Amino acid sequence: MAIMIISVIAYLIVGPLLGGFLSGCDRKITAHMQGRVGPPIRQPFYDVFKLTEKEDITVNKIQDFYVLCFLIFIIVTGCLFFAGQSLLLVFFTLTTASTFLIIAAYSSTSPYAEAGAQRELLQVMAYEPMVLITAVGFYMSTGSFDVSQIMTSESMPIWALWGLFIGFIFILTIKLRKSPFDLSMSEHAHQELVAGLKTEFSGKTLAMVEVAHWYENVMLLGIVFLFFANGTIYGAIIGVVVCLLAYFFEIFIDNSFARMKWQAALNSAWIVAAVLGGVNLFVLLLV
Amino acid sequence: MSYVAKSPWIIHYDGSSCNGCDIEVLACLTPMYDVERFGIINTGNPKHADVFMITGAVNERNKAVIKQIYDQMPEPKVVVAIGICACSGGIWEECYNVLGGIDKVIPVDCYIPGCAARPEAIIDGVVAGLGVLAGKRERMEKGLDPEGTDEAAPEAAVGAPAGTETAEAEKEAE
Repeated sequence: MAIMIISVIAYLIVGPLLGGFLSGCDRKITAHMQGRVGPPIRQPFYDVFKLTEKEDITVNKIQDFYVLCFLIFIIVTGCLFFAGQSLLLVFFTLTTASTFLIIAAYSSTSPYAEAGAQRELLQVMAYEPMVLITAVGFYMSTGSFDVSQIMTSESMPIWALWGLFIGFIFILTIKLRKSPFDLSMSEHAHQELVAGLKTEFSGKTLAMVEVAHWYENVMLLGIVFLFFANGTIYGAIIGVVVCLLAYFFEIFIDNSFARMKWQAALNSAWIVAAVLGGVNLFVLLLV
Repeated sequence: MSYVAKSPWIIHYDGSSCNGCDIEVLACLTPMYDVERFGIINTGNPKHADVFMITGAVNERNKAVIKQIYDQMPEPKVVVAIGICACSGGIWEECYNVLGGIDKVIPVDCYIPGCAARPEAIIDGVVAGLGVLAGKRERMEKGLDPEGTDEAAPEAAVGAPAGTETAEAEKEAE
C-alpha cells in the first residue's frame, strides 16, 4: 500500500517533468536530425509557462471544462497504472480521456477542429484493437491483468509477447502523434488543417493539452517498460533502456516519413493488430 | 519573470507580397538560420501565435483578413511588418487599390525594411519584437491595456478592443 501511494505521488510530480524533458529531447534530436541546432531542452516548459500568461479568448467556455476533464482522466489513467491496478481499467480510462478531448474539439464548432476531431476518432479506432489485444496478451502470459502482478512476474513478458511488443510500438507512433500518423493535431512544427483538433484551444487550455500529453507519454512508456519487468533490477534497467530506445525510434520514424492518409493509418494499424497480435495470442493459446 | 519572449510562436500572412519576403521568412526556419533556436515555431494558427509577421502592402481585399487574424490572436501580441511594401507600401504606395503599409489597418510594432528583407534582418526584427512582447506582458500584469502607450488607469482601456483607437485616429487624420 505504501509503495502504491509513493509511486502515485512520484508519478504526479515526476511525470510532467520527465514528459517535458523527453519532449525537449525530442525537439533537440529532431533538430539535429534535420541539421539544425534546435531549441534548448527546457523549451517545452517555456512554451507551457508562456501559454499560461496569454489572454483567454475561448469562444465556447464549455470546451475548457472538457479539456480539463481530459487532463484529469489522463492523470487518473497514469495513477491507476503506477498504482498497479488492472491494465483493462487503465486502458478504458485512457479511452475516456481521449473521448473528452474529442468532445472538446467538437464543442468548439470550428470546421478545422471538427475535421481534427473526426480524424482523432479514426485514430482511436485504429489503435484501440492493438491496445486491447496487448492487455489480453499480458493476461494470458502472466495470468493477471494487474500491473502490480505483471511487474513481479517470474520471466520477462516480452519472451511470450514479442508480436504484441512490435504491434504496441507501431501504435505508439499514433499515440505519440508522430508522422506518418499525425493526422488529428499539429505537434511542434507539424501543420495540418490549421492546427486540427487544437485549433480552438489557446492559452491555458492549450497548456493543459500539452501537460496532459506529457503525462500520457510517460504512462505509455510505462507500458513499454511493462514488457521487460520481472521484478529484478536488471529487468528494470533493460526496461528503461528499451523505453528510451523506443522513444528515439519514434523520433526517427517521425523524421523519415511524410504524413499518410487516414485510410493508411487505419488499415495498417488493424493489419498489424490482426497479424502480430492475432498470431501472438494464438501461439500463447497453443503453448 | 515573463516567459512570453522565450517561446514566441509566429503566424505568417502574405498580404500582397511578390513572395520575395515570404521566401526569406521561410528561409529563417531552415537549418541555415534555424529560428527554432529561440523557441520560434511557425504555427499557422492565429489563436496559438504571439508574433504576426506580414509581408506585402494592404489593399481593400486583404484589409479584413489582416484585421481578423489580428483580432483572433490572444494578448500579448506583436505585429512585425516585413519588407518595404509592408512598412510603407513601397513601390505600390501610389497605386489606386493600395492603402499603404500594414500600419494603416493594425498597429505595427516592428518595421523591417528591405526588398526583399534579408533573413538576418528578419531575425533581428523579430528579436527586437520580443522586447516589445515582454513589455506588453508587463503592462498586462499591471492591468493596463497591452496595446496602449500611456500609464492610464485600466478603466480607460475597457470597452475599446485593442488597436481600434489608433486605427480610428489615423482615419480621422486622413
